[in-house]
Amino acid sequence: MSRPAFVESAGIEPMVIFLQNLVNALQWGSFYALIALGYSMVYSILMLFNFAHGDIFMVGSYIGFGVSMGLIALASSGVVALPNWLILVLTILFSMFLTSFVGMIVERVGYRPLRDAPRASAAITGLMIGIILETGNLALLGARRVSFPSLIETTTYNVSGVFVTNKKIMIVLVSLLLALALHQFVRRTKWGMAMRAMAFDFAVVPLMGVPLNTMAALTFALGSALAAAAGILFGVAYPVLDPYMGIVFGWKAFVAAILGGRGSVMGATLAGFLLGFTEIFVAMIFPSTLRDLIAYSIILLILAIRPHGFFGEPYSARLRL
Amino acid sequence: MGGERGNGANSERGRSRFRNLWKPYSRVPLLGWFFGALVAVTLERLAGTPLAQFLGLQKIPVLFGFSVMLKNPVLIPNVILYTLIIYGVPTAVATRLCIPLANGIAASLFRFPMAVTAAAHLALLYAILHVWAEISDYRVLVLRLTLIAVMLTLSLNVINGYMGEFSCSHPGFMALGAYCASVLTIGLFVNAQLLGTASLPAALGPFLFPVALILGGLVASFGALFVAIPSFRTRGDYLAIISLAFLFIVKSLIENLEFVRGPRGLSGQPDWADLPTVFLWTVLCVWSINNFVRSTIGKALNAVRDNEMAADAMTVDTRRTKMVAFLFGAFWAGVAGGLFAHVMRYVNPGNFGIQNLAEVLAMVYFGGLNSVYGSIVGAVSISLLGEALRPLEIFKWIIIPLLLILVMIFRPTGLIAFRDLDVANLLKPKPKPDGEG
Repeated sequence: MSRPAFVESAGIEPMVIFLQNLVNALQWGSFYALIALGYSMVYSILMLFNFAHGDIFMVGSYIGFGVSMGLIALASSGVVALPNWLILVLTILFSMFLTSFVGMIVERVGYRPLRDAPRASAAITGLMIGIILETGNLALLGARRVSFPSLIETTTYNVSGVFVTNKKIMIVLVSLLLALALHQFVRRTKWGMAMRAMAFDFAVVPLMGVPLNTMAALTFALGSALAAAAGILFGVAYPVLDPYMGIVFGWKAFVAAILGGRGSVMGATLAGFLLGFTEIFVAMIFPSTLRDLIAYSIILLILAIRPHGFFGEPYSARLRL
Repeated sequence: MGGERGNGANSERGRSRFRNLWKPYSRVPLLGWFFGALVAVTLERLAGTPLAQFLGLQKIPVLFGFSVMLKNPVLIPNVILYTLIIYGVPTAVATRLCIPLANGIAASLFRFPMAVTAAAHLALLYAILHVWAEISDYRVLVLRLTLIAVMLTLSLNVINGYMGEFSCSHPGFMALGAYCASVLTIGLFVNAQLLGTASLPAALGPFLFPVALILGGLVASFGALFVAIPSFRTRGDYLAIISLAFLFIVKSLIENLEFVRGPRGLSGQPDWADLPTVFLWTVLCVWSINNFVRSTIGKALNAVRDNEMAADAMTVDTRRTKMVAFLFGAFWAGVAGGLFAHVMRYVNPGNFGIQNLAEVLAMVYFGGLNSVYGSIVGAVSISLLGEALRPLEIFKWIIIPLLLILVMIFRPTGLIAFRDLDVANLLKPKPKPDGEG
């Protein structure tokens, strides 16, 4: 059993350890936040669990791997001069675009035929699509892990003892930016308004001329694009990809999404970061093997006190059951 | 024109001949099918090996020849021939011949109390399974695991189907039951590091094994309280994530308990979960769950699922009903876990993860919600399919999910949903064809 982190680094000030873990928690939480956003949107607008979402994250990561390899090959062949940072930006944008189609396909195949079915049946199709995505990846690419190309040089800044890398800053900034963009999209645009209305009342809003199928596809596309961004950022931070990496992330982000409350972009983001913080700080104080045990006990406690999550409305009679 | 009409008449005649051939089978009571199956499995026992060798198969194909067919497509006709000769034709002929006899016996059995009638049928069913499974150890193992899967699926169906919630903690309950029962049996009856030397003689073991299983089930029920108390305060999807968090907690807890050897797992459980034991427990589970869902509380549970507010207005104590059903489901999951541990004789926390959850959920929704039949069908078909498609390696995990998606799209509540298992109706003699009386 490993010793607590602060015992091993006894010579360092507690404050520095705290700040160092804060930085790590911010990075770890941004993956959860981005994935939780996709869950949360599908959940609030269609009242469905998209259990394939963790695997869409995985697919996004692999698409990002493919796109970046393609762009690197293009750049090294000398057709166009692409600096590495531009490759990364293009990779993120392209992969988000491509993965949003994966999300739309998942919606078309697994969720649209089951619109009127019991909700749990749709959750099961999602789960099964997830398994197909994992196995399909395994069958296509074989059982080896691929390593994500390192696109930006790691520069480490030492801020009075706390080590911050440029990758960490970039990951946190990009995920916050994306969450903010989604928030603005939902608040400011006509589409966003339709989504909010749908989350408010699933049954009546389509009667008012809001195209249900378009909205569902849009929701899945947005969520998948965010998951793809999370996948690429994950690849930048931990450059080893394997077909089953989406499972644990997906289920944990699902917990975060519900913890945030139904229909709240802010809530899902916050809950994602909170989950990351809990996991990192539990591992700081206790042996890291106890991480899941304590982190999820805390979440159980939070839910026992606030069963509707942070920003969710209390019991809703409009709940589509 | 004339030719076409002639064709139509021919096919019409063919169809009616086929219908005439099929017609007597509507008068076969369940007992008759059991007789037919018994003849088939006895035939396999006596003549299976020579026939298999005659047909160019190395030995008796274990699971109806699926693995042989998938490994070597050339042998497909041989395997089909084998299956027809051993299973198809004898079952059909024997069942057809013994219709009057079976109806007579079923009628005289039917005069006894229902428990006796059911016990006689179950004894016959066990005899069939026993003779079938005795051919190879692999069959025994598959059969035991399938029966355990039936228990798990049924107990999850109580929560997800009859209660209409979405619980994700079933592997957690299973783990609690498995570890509790294992600790008891290993600690008391096996000389291991766990609790030192055996404190009770091994001869006593098989008698105390049920106690260990029941204690395992009770521990699982106790664990279920931690899910039920916070999540049944309101309706909605909170059970889904609270139960999921519970699953993570249980897995992590076991991984951290050095007492049960953490992630290395617990091995050396005594070999007490043989086929009769597992069969008996499965029967007990099906019987008690079937009675539970057909009782007043089961009906109250359905009322809560369909409209909680209305049920409340009709004097149903909704919270208590949900609690009882949840703990009941968890109990049987715990017992199934205990049996699983003693069948595999090794458990580790990795057995009870998300993968396991996906499998059990697949079985429940494939078979059908709110139905005991459905759970049995779902568990048996997914388990056997999983074994039969083993030679396809990872493509198995594309075919089974695809199948399930198709089932969900065309029958969203599962294959056999919302059907009562009425034992009297199932076992009654059928002197006249269905529909005529």
